[in-house]
Amino acid sequence: MSEVNSFGGKDKDKVKAEDEDAIPSPFVGVEKSQVLQEAGAAFNDPQVVKLSPSKCCLLITKLLFLLSQGETFEGRDAETVFFAVTKLFQSQNTALRRMTYLFIKEVAESTDPENVIIVIQSLTKDMNSDVDLYRANAIRVLCKIIDASILGQIERYIKQALVDRNPLVSASALICGNQMAVDSDKREVVRRWVNEVQESVNSRAEMVQYHALALLYASKSHDRLAIGRIVQQYSKGSLNSPLAMCLLVRYTSKLLHEDMSATNSRAAYEFLENCLHHRHEMVIYEAARAMCRLPEAAPQDIMPAITVLQLFLSSPKPSLRFAAVRTLNEVAMKHPNAVTRCNEDMEGLIGDANKSIATLAITTLLKTGSEGGIDKLMKQIAGFMSDIGDEFKIVVVRAVRALCLKYPNKQRVMLNFLSNILREEGGFDFKKVIVDSILHLIEKIPQSKEAALFHLCEFIEDCEFNSLSAQILHVLGEMGPTTTHPAKFIRFIYNRVILENAHVRAAAVTALGKFGSQVEDLTESIIILLESSLQDDDDEVRDRATVSLSILKKVRDGEPTSKTVLVDPLPMSENALMRSLEIYQKRPAPGPLSFDALPVVEDALPARAEDGGDASGFDAGGADSGAGDLGGVSEPTPVPTREENYAEELLNMPEFANLGALFKSSRPEQLTESETEYLVTCVKHIFAEHVIFQFNVTNTIDDQLLKDVSVVMEDAENDAWAPIMTKSIDTLKYNVPAPVYVLMQRPEDSYQATFSVELQFKVLECDPKTGEAFDPDDEGAEEDYPVEDLELGTTDFIARVQINNFKSSWETVGKANEVLEKFELPQYKTLKEAITAVIDFLGLRACEGTDSIPHNADAHNVLLSGTFIGGAKVLARTAFSISPSGGSINLKIAVRSDDPAVPELVMECIQ
Amino acid sequence: MGLIFSRMFSTLFGSKEVRILILGLDNAGKTTILYRLQVDEPIGQTVPTIGFNMETLQYKNIKFQVWDLGGQTSIRPYWRCYYPNTDAIIFVVDSADTERLSIARQELMSMLEEEELKDAILLVFANKQDMKGALPAAGVSEHLGLTTIKNRQWSIQETSATKGRGLFEGFDWLVTCIKGGQA
Repeated sequence: MSEVNSFGGKDKDKVKAEDEDAIPSPFVGVEKSQVLQEAGAAFNDPQVVKLSPSKCCLLITKLLFLLSQGETFEGRDAETVFFAVTKLFQSQNTALRRMTYLFIKEVAESTDPENVIIVIQSLTKDMNSDVDLYRANAIRVLCKIIDASILGQIERYIKQALVDRNPLVSASALICGNQMAVDSDKREVVRRWVNEVQESVNSRAEMVQYHALALLYASKSHDRLAIGRIVQQYSKGSLNSPLAMCLLVRYTSKLLHEDMSATNSRAAYEFLENCLHHRHEMVIYEAARAMCRLPEAAPQDIMPAITVLQLFLSSPKPSLRFAAVRTLNEVAMKHPNAVTRCNEDMEGLIGDANKSIATLAITTLLKTGSEGGIDKLMKQIAGFMSDIGDEFKIVVVRAVRALCLKYPNKQRVMLNFLSNILREEGGFDFKKVIVDSILHLIEKIPQSKEAALFHLCEFIEDCEFNSLSAQILHVLGEMGPTTTHPAKFIRFIYNRVILENAHVRAAAVTALGKFGSQVEDLTESIIILLESSLQDDDDEVRDRATVSLSILKKVRDGEPTSKTVLVDPLPMSENALMRSLEIYQKRPAPGPLSFDALPVVEDALPARAEDGGDASGFDAGGADSGAGDLGGVSEPTPVPTREENYAEELLNMPEFANLGALFKSSRPEQLTESETEYLVTCVKHIFAEHVIFQFNVTNTIDDQLLKDVSVVMEDAENDAWAPIMTKSIDTLKYNVPAPVYVLMQRPEDSYQATFSVELQFKVLECDPKTGEAFDPDDEGAEEDYPVEDLELGTTDFIARVQINNFKSSWETVGKANEVLEKFELPQYKTLKEAITAVIDFLGLRACEGTDSIPHNADAHNVLLSGTFIGGAKVLARTAFSISPSGGSINLKIAVRSDDPAVPELVMECIQ
Repeated sequence: MGLIFSRMFSTLFGSKEVRILILGLDNAGKTTILYRLQVDEPIGQTVPTIGFNMETLQYKNIKFQVWDLGGQTSIRPYWRCYYPNTDAIIFVVDSADTERLSIARQELMSMLEEEELKDAILLVFANKQDMKGALPAAGVSEHLGLTTIKNRQWSIQETSATKGRGLFEGFDWLVTCIKGGQA
């Protein structure tokens, strides 16, 4: 077992790593029940404890071994062995005491907290022992088992230990503080130790300094300015621990990221620059990385960092090479030119024995490569690909895709590369990335379309992954008919109908139908091909064939027919359609079911916005989660959204049955600070003529029970906005959130209101343990609790709904109701900020991926869409540009809608 | 009884320490007694024991390993974890806290029924004799029902831990019992 002084939970990892070595563990085959029995017998016998401490040590080692193997001691076993171990405190043998500490620390969290307190007295005593080792380790164990009340009792001992002259003791106390600083119950106590902690930062022991700085930071973390002062004070060079320096670099960089005004950014930059000359590589690297990641750093600002990283590239230490190439790779996304000077060193790393380094080197080269060097580079990579695992290949593929988008002229070389590796062995994820990359290229570089489609056709001739085949067949059906020789694709597709399983056959049949309905010359032949599928074994295949055939025959005979089913995309995403239908089912509207009759459903917002064109971020192990940028062909997995849940709850309430369908629900809005007695958030549910305000109330006082909780809302300016019904909470227990609903009828043509909100309830005292009121007959004291004002705005009446074809919708709506405006937005410095904010103000949804802003752009257009309450479409074209003088963003916006009143209303949202 | 003594003697003789538990309700003075015995000079205010204290003492050539277990309600259930191999119990009572003598009696009686303690001798300290209103030994004995105890050697001693009175007299009895077993 590693020694007790190593940090926190790392002991276990260390043991595990050792176990993987060739030498088998001496504890293999240790029996749990036997060890427990032996331990119980030995520890309870004072003679054994006194005379054979080494035997006891061995037994504890075995117990710890079992725990590290994932064994658990439960129920009586756990209790018996724990109390047996507590008897070891009678021994004064240091080695045994150390093992005792280790054991208690290990089981502290899994043992009943009521049992654990039995060792507090002994540990407190050891904490004041004159043996350094006892003092240090007792503190480490104590901080794992005490609660806030006991902390108060022993606080003074910990404070003493913080400044103990023995570094081991002092570091232990600091670590204890660091662990408690993340616990909200104990945090306040820890913050009182600032003086002692500050003294420890000046310790000469490196470990003490390191932990002290971390604790100082943690206890001031709520105070930005104080953090700024700490960073400034210590960056003058009083720290000698390299680890502490690294921390300081991180803190500095965090300040620079969060809030430039909290610190003197010039001084901070100089500090980082000085760190580049530190004697420890660790500090140098930390500083270099921090510089490279500085927000809005210009290429010349990061040059000093690049220089040291370049030196690291030829270091004999793999960890340094890896760190350097990884950071350079990151820089290459933003400032490819800054990294170009390292290319020669990087080329040397392609052959590195460490494949992570080699892969990173290649992807970096791909990012920085010039157009002329691509052919050579692709050759090098092709040779390299067979040596590496799938996860690295995926990374390379992503980098190639990004490069291809950068140099569209080279698409032929790169497409060949992609189709070559597509034919090689590889797992699903690898193949999927290649296919997605090719599809992405087709979308972005139209001239690659035909060649790329044929590569994909070849691939599905021998593809073992159904979903990839189906995806490709779908794309063929979408794009094939409009190529110069659509007939060429038919053979590939029909082969699938003959050779594959039902899943793929169904996709192939649909693809054939699309060709047939769009390419006149082929209609007749495809009808013949599809007729054979009418005999298919599979229902889905037959159904699809039947649908396609009925349409194709009408097309052939020149009869009027709608090709919609075959050709046009759905007016909403599949997920939205499904959710919409589910809501419709609960409360169907009269009349025939049509897309227009369906309730509006907001599209779930994408999990993360894509970052510029080359979103192929590289992740160390290649386990990149960048599945979001698959060229718009993949559907996000359907997760139940909050709207769905609300809709569910609301629609099941008879009180609200006659309001019609739910139009949309807002995000929850906090009306209280997060640390108040009662927490209130509000969700606004919008119906055609009504609004339901759902106040989620949480009672955070454990000896109070609230009764008859309701909410009073008033609009001072417009009393037409008044509650017509309030559904209150009968009893609100501690920490169990419950909703109050307030229903209002919306005054005609009014979309804005500001409400003062007040919580009203009766307070009863209750037993914190059971949550039951002390006196059941108690009526309770009435109380009012005002919370923050609640705003209702136009945005609340617009649903973020994406449309598939912006241009045609824009034309269809027409310019009759168009409103054009220009704005200057001095509060934003970057396009990104301005665009995000404006989209948010308007409550619209960006279409066609126009919200991803190319890097370094100084102007950008965004297309936005949404639906206004009542069903009117809202469309907006926006043009953002950085004003020539800098310092503000100019916005030109045109809004169109079916409803003449709407564009004006939307414009008012921009303030 | 002779049997018990001779067995106890045979185990006590030699290098083995005499294992003693100091038990009693909270605020009876157990920790003060332990440290008063150890250093034999007045000790300051103690804090409630969350857990236990363990010290070794030597008195009249006998080594005692003394466990002072916390007396709070939350800790009493764990006393039994420390019963095995106990030679003697010192049960400490706050003689001035007459209201809680009945609770002390319950705790004592249920403890004495434990199989693991059937060989342990019992010494009761009627502590805090320096306080006003403290019951004398006879009164405490009556409240605790000591006279009903059969099959066990027991004794009661008036003590004042803060003043250091009566403690060693009590230990003299222990030593006599132990050595008496030897004779």
